[in-house]
Amino acid sequence: MSVIFFLVAALTVAGGLAAVLFKNTVHCALAVTVAFAGLALLFLSLDAQFAGFAQVLVYIGAVAILVVFAILLTRGSETPQSGVFSKSWFTGLVIAAGIFAVLGWAVMQSAHALPQQAAAPAVTVHDIGVALVGRYVLPLEIVALLLTAATIGAVIVALHEKERTQ
Amino acid sequence: MADKLDQIFILLRDWLIHFLPAALRPFAAVVLGVVAIVCVFPGLFALTTVFERKGLGRMQNRLGPNRVGPFGFFQPVADGIKSLTKEDIVPLSADAVVHFLAPLVLVVAVFMGFAVLPLGRNMVLVDMDAGLLFFFAMGASTEVSIFMAGWSSRNKYSILGAMRAIAQMISYEVPLLLSSVTVVMITGSLSLTKIVEAQNHYTGVFPNWYVFTPWGFASFLMFAIAATAETNRTPFDLPEGESELVAGYFTEYSGFKFALFFLGEYLGMFSISGLGATLFLGGWSAPFSFLTWVPSWIWFFSKDMAAIFIFIWMRGTLPRLRQDQLMNFAWKFVLPFTLLNLLVTALWRFMDGGWLRWVVCSAILAGAYVLMGRTGMARKNYGPRSYRYAE
Amino acid sequence: MTGFASPLEAYLLVAALLFAIGLAGALTRRNAILVLIGIELMLNAANLNFIAFWRYGPHPEALTGMMFAIFSIAVAAAEAAVGLGLVISIYRHAKTTDLDQMNRMKG
Repeated sequence: MSVIFFLVAALTVAGGLAAVLFKNTVHCALAVTVAFAGLALLFLSLDAQFAGFAQVLVYIGAVAILVVFAILLTRGSETPQSGVFSKSWFTGLVIAAGIFAVLGWAVMQSAHALPQQAAAPAVTVHDIGVALVGRYVLPLEIVALLLTAATIGAVIVALHEKERTQ
Repeated sequence: MADKLDQIFILLRDWLIHFLPAALRPFAAVVLGVVAIVCVFPGLFALTTVFERKGLGRMQNRLGPNRVGPFGFFQPVADGIKSLTKEDIVPLSADAVVHFLAPLVLVVAVFMGFAVLPLGRNMVLVDMDAGLLFFFAMGASTEVSIFMAGWSSRNKYSILGAMRAIAQMISYEVPLLLSSVTVVMITGSLSLTKIVEAQNHYTGVFPNWYVFTPWGFASFLMFAIAATAETNRTPFDLPEGESELVAGYFTEYSGFKFALFFLGEYLGMFSISGLGATLFLGGWSAPFSFLTWVPSWIWFFSKDMAAIFIFIWMRGTLPRLRQDQLMNFAWKFVLPFTLLNLLVTALWRFMDGGWLRWVVCSAILAGAYVLMGRTGMARKNYGPRSYRYAE
Repeated sequence: MTGFASPLEAYLLVAALLFAIGLAGALTRRNAILVLIGIELMLNAANLNFIAFWRYGPHPEALTGMMFAIFSIAVAAAEAAVGLGLVISIYRHAKTTDLDQMNRMKG
C-alpha cells in the first residue's frame, strides 16, 4: 500500500511543480490535469469514492477544459519575450517556502498525537444523499444559488463583449 | 442447464483460478476479467467496422467491401495490417510528447468505462457503489485527450475540429447526466447492478424495463440523442466530417495512432450503448418472461449490437447538423426537456400506481415536447440576404 | 508506513507541499491564468486535507469532511468559471494577460 501511495503522491507533486514551472501555458494546464488525476487517486485511497469520482468529473472534465479554452482565447500559448516569471518572483518563492515550513513543522510536531489507523468508514452513496438533503440542505441550496449566479455572470460577461465588438 | 450456460464465463474463470494458490486468486480473477474485456470489445470493434462499411454501402445502393474473405468479412484483418505497417508521421512543429500521449489517454479512459457495465448475470468487473458516476467521470476524461490531439498537431483544421468537438461534448454532457439521474431517482442507487436487478421483473409477459414508462421513454430518447453527440456520430459529426475539416482533430495522425483513435471512438460507442441498455433497456434481462432461458450475456450483447445498428442506420440516413444548430438544439431543447423530465419522474415516484399517473405524466411530457418544439426550435425569419465583406 | 508516525501524517505533508507549490505559482507567474491554476491547486490541497482528516478522525460517519470537500469542489468550479471569464474580458480590453503590466486602476 505504501509504495502505491508514494508513487501517486510523487505523480501529484510532480504535476503541481510542472504546472508552476513550465514555460508553455498549455503544458502547464495539462500538467495540472495530471495533478488533479493524482489527487483523485489519493481520494480513492482514502475510501472517499464519491469525492474522487466527483473530482475527476468536475476538475478534469470541466475546470481543466475551461482553463484550456481560456488560454486559447487569450493567445496564452505564445511565450512572452520578457520571461514567464514576474519581477518579484523571489519574494513569492520565499513566502511559499515559509508557509510550507510552518505547515510541515506543525504536522511533524503533532505527529505523535495522530491516530495510527482507523477502520474504513462504511459510507455508501445513500448516506451521502441522506446527509445532503437532511443535515446539509442549507449549504446545498446556497451552492445551487451560487452556481446559478456564476452561470448568469459568465453569460453576461461573454455577452457584453459581443455587443461591444459589434 | 440454462443456468450453466448463463454463468459459463464465471464457471470458466473459477475453474482457471483453481490452479493458482489461494493468495493470488482475487487478483487473478480481476486480471482474467480485464483480459476478457480487452479481447471481446476490440474484436467486436473489428466486426463493427466491416458491418458499418457494408451497411452504409447497402443503404447508399452500393456493395461495400467485398474482396477480402467471404463477402468481405475479413476486411478488418486487412485494415489492421495496413494501420500497423503504415509509416508513423509526426509533423516537425508538432508537440511530440502531447502528440504521442493523446491516443493513449483516449484509449485508457474509454476502456475504464467498461469496468462497471454488467455484461450478464454476476458478470460485472467491479461492482462499485457509485458505478454510474465512475462511468461518467471516465467519459469526461476523453475530452482532455481530444484537446491534446487537436492542439499538439499545430494545424488550424485540427484545433478547429478539437474545439468544436469539445464544445459539443460539454454541451451534451449535461442532458446525458440528467437523463440518467431519472433512472437513479426511481431505483434509489447509483450501482449499475442494482439498476438492472430493479428492471428484471415481469408483469405478466412484459418486462418492467424503464423504457416502457413515460418518463423512461423520454429519458431514453434524450439519452440516445446526447449519446450520439458524445461519440461524435452523425448527425452530430461535424468535428470529424470528412468534407468539412479533412479529418478534424486527428488529421495529423497516421498508422497505429490513427487506429487507436478509431478504436477509442468505436469503443466509446459500445460503452455508451451498453450504458443505455443497462439504464433503460433492462441490461441483461430478457424481453419476455418466457425467454429467460436464453443466457443473459446474449441479451446484453444483442441490445448493444442493436444500438450500434441504429447508429449505423442514422449515419446512412440523416444529414449533418451545423455547429450552431447543434448547440442550439442542446441548450434550447434537450436540456429544458430533461429538466422537465426530472420533475415528471418525481411526480411519477410520488403518485400512487394506476392509470392516473400514466395519463398525467404522458400528457405533461407530450405537451412539453410539442410546445418546446414549436417555440424553441421554430425556424427563424431571416429576411433578405445581406452581405458582409472581410476588412 | 516507512518513517511516518501515521498515514495521516503522510497525507497532510503531501497536502502542505501541494499548497505551497500552488501558492508559489500564484505569486510568481506573470500570466493571469497561471495564477488561477495556482489557486485551484491550493483549493485541491485543502480538499485533500479535509478528506484525510475525515478518514482518520473521530466520527467519520458524520460525513463532515466529505461534505465540505464536495461543496468545495462545486464552489471552486464556479469560481474558476467566473475568474476565467474575467481574465478573458480583461484580455479583450487590454490585449494582454501579463499581470506585471496591469498595475494601475486606470483603464
